[in-house]
Amino acid sequence: MRAIITVIGKDRVGIIAGVSSILAESNVNILDITQTILQDVFTMIMLVDISKCNIHFHDLSDKLEKKGVELGLKIQIQHEDIFNSMHRI
Amino acid sequence: MLGPFEVFETLKMIQKENLDIRTITMGISLRDCSHPDIDVSCKKIYDKITKYAEKLVVTGEDIEREYGIPIINKRISVTPISLIAESCESGDYTKFAKAMDKAAKAVGVNFIGGYSSLVHKGYTNGDRKLISSIPEALSETQLVCSSVNVASTKSGINMDAVAEMGQVIKKCADLTADSGALACAKLVVFANAVEDNPFMAGAFHGVGEPECVINVGVSGPGVVKSALEKVKGEDFGVVAETIKKTAFKITRMGQLVAQEASRRLNVPFGIVDLSLAPTPAIGDSVAHILEEMGLEKCGAHGTTAALALLNDAVKKGGVMASSYVGGLSGAFIPVSEDAGMIDAAISGALSLEKLEAMTCVCSVGLDMIVIPGDTTAETISAIIADEAAIGVVNQKTTAVRIIPAPGKKIGDKVEFGGLLGSGPVMKVNPFSSSEFIKRGGRIPAPLHSLKN
Repeated sequence: MRAIITVIGKDRVGIIAGVSSILAESNVNILDITQTILQDVFTMIMLVDISKCNIHFHDLSDKLEKKGVELGLKIQIQHEDIFNSMHRI
Repeated sequence: MLGPFEVFETLKMIQKENLDIRTITMGISLRDCSHPDIDVSCKKIYDKITKYAEKLVVTGEDIEREYGIPIINKRISVTPISLIAESCESGDYTKFAKAMDKAAKAVGVNFIGGYSSLVHKGYTNGDRKLISSIPEALSETQLVCSSVNVASTKSGINMDAVAEMGQVIKKCADLTADSGALACAKLVVFANAVEDNPFMAGAFHGVGEPECVINVGVSGPGVVKSALEKVKGEDFGVVAETIKKTAFKITRMGQLVAQEASRRLNVPFGIVDLSLAPTPAIGDSVAHILEEMGLEKCGAHGTTAALALLNDAVKKGGVMASSYVGGLSGAFIPVSEDAGMIDAAISGALSLEKLEAMTCVCSVGLDMIVIPGDTTAETISAIIADEAAIGVVNQKTTAVRIIPAPGKKIGDKVEFGGLLGSGPVMKVNPFSSSEFIKRGGRIPAPLHSLKN
């Protein structure tokens, strides 16, 4: 199962490190990363594989959200299907 | 991989434009809950609802969390209670409403619909008892919603039922005068009611429905408005196309949630209802979509045409996005639940008569309209008759959910709170319809041939 992590906010040192360390601890594999500046805002999208994740999805989501607060960013994880259903036929 | 534009478009719809799943509604058949003893029947109803819907709320919350899409309401609809209750030898029908209320509270849903009766051609004894118990049932419970179907295209309009519903609505208002006649907000009078509507207050689980089913209603007026902001000044072909594309995206999400809820609950997926349902929140208004098309205020001349385009384009876009479409499927125009409608009514742009015209081209009807407390039962019945006539002749669902707020006059405002919002008291035609309503009987079904 795959999920999409989105990070939105002000660019700073340690964003990828912060997110990827949580993912590594949780046994979540990163499949792809794109980062860009969209309308002056730093945005990062990560495609991850959560099928071997060793914690509950809700806990992973909480951890990422907390890390976001710590870094002054908004970090969210969502199942990939929500985007696929809307944009792919 | 999905591009950043696509990912952020979805996020923007959810976070800034109030895109949400309005409701996951579980329809439950209660046809096996009849019993001569009313207390046994009520117990069977309670047990069945709490068993079937035990995991509905938690499943909804899980989906919400995992997909990052808000699911505002989790609800239940049941078989029209008059069908179940009439096997009882005696007793007070409000016990059924209380059993439904208790079950709804136990499973944590925010409304349960189906305290209903279908009397478009005539009453059975059970229908008679149920309808007369509606005011008490709705004033003594919190979560129960009621609906009565008084007309259909195939059978015409039951004017006896229309006359009685005027009185029932007045009594509902009197019994809940302290809370702005809240019971009236939980009562819908239908023509051509549908069996798979997931939206309250008119949801019930029709007799042609399976044992248990999941129906989903999507929302998203804010997303449509925002899409139209990008095509300012373009012609109506572009407007229709933009709405269709947006409706497609919104509905795809509804389809995903419906399928996922159905899979997790192991209950068949029924339909996605394509209605654009507003809320009182800013940026979640159907009226503002119509204004975005170029009307100074909703209710101005041109509003009916704008609404017809919107309603049609939403269906055209949505129907391609879902495997099964049903329910009411169209734009809703409840006054108290839509910030733009409230403004339009206060400013005098939107009248009851204009709303009636608008109901000819959209779902569903005169919805959440507050009228002066001294409006007579006969006038309310006549409003219902007009609305039923529109539904019957045009082969569509129409409904009336109207609130004669005791002690309130034109210009006052009634607060209901939450999704029900707040409604300005609107002007009603002061001339009498009482001799018309007194006639009773049935208005015959309309002719649907000889169309030239």
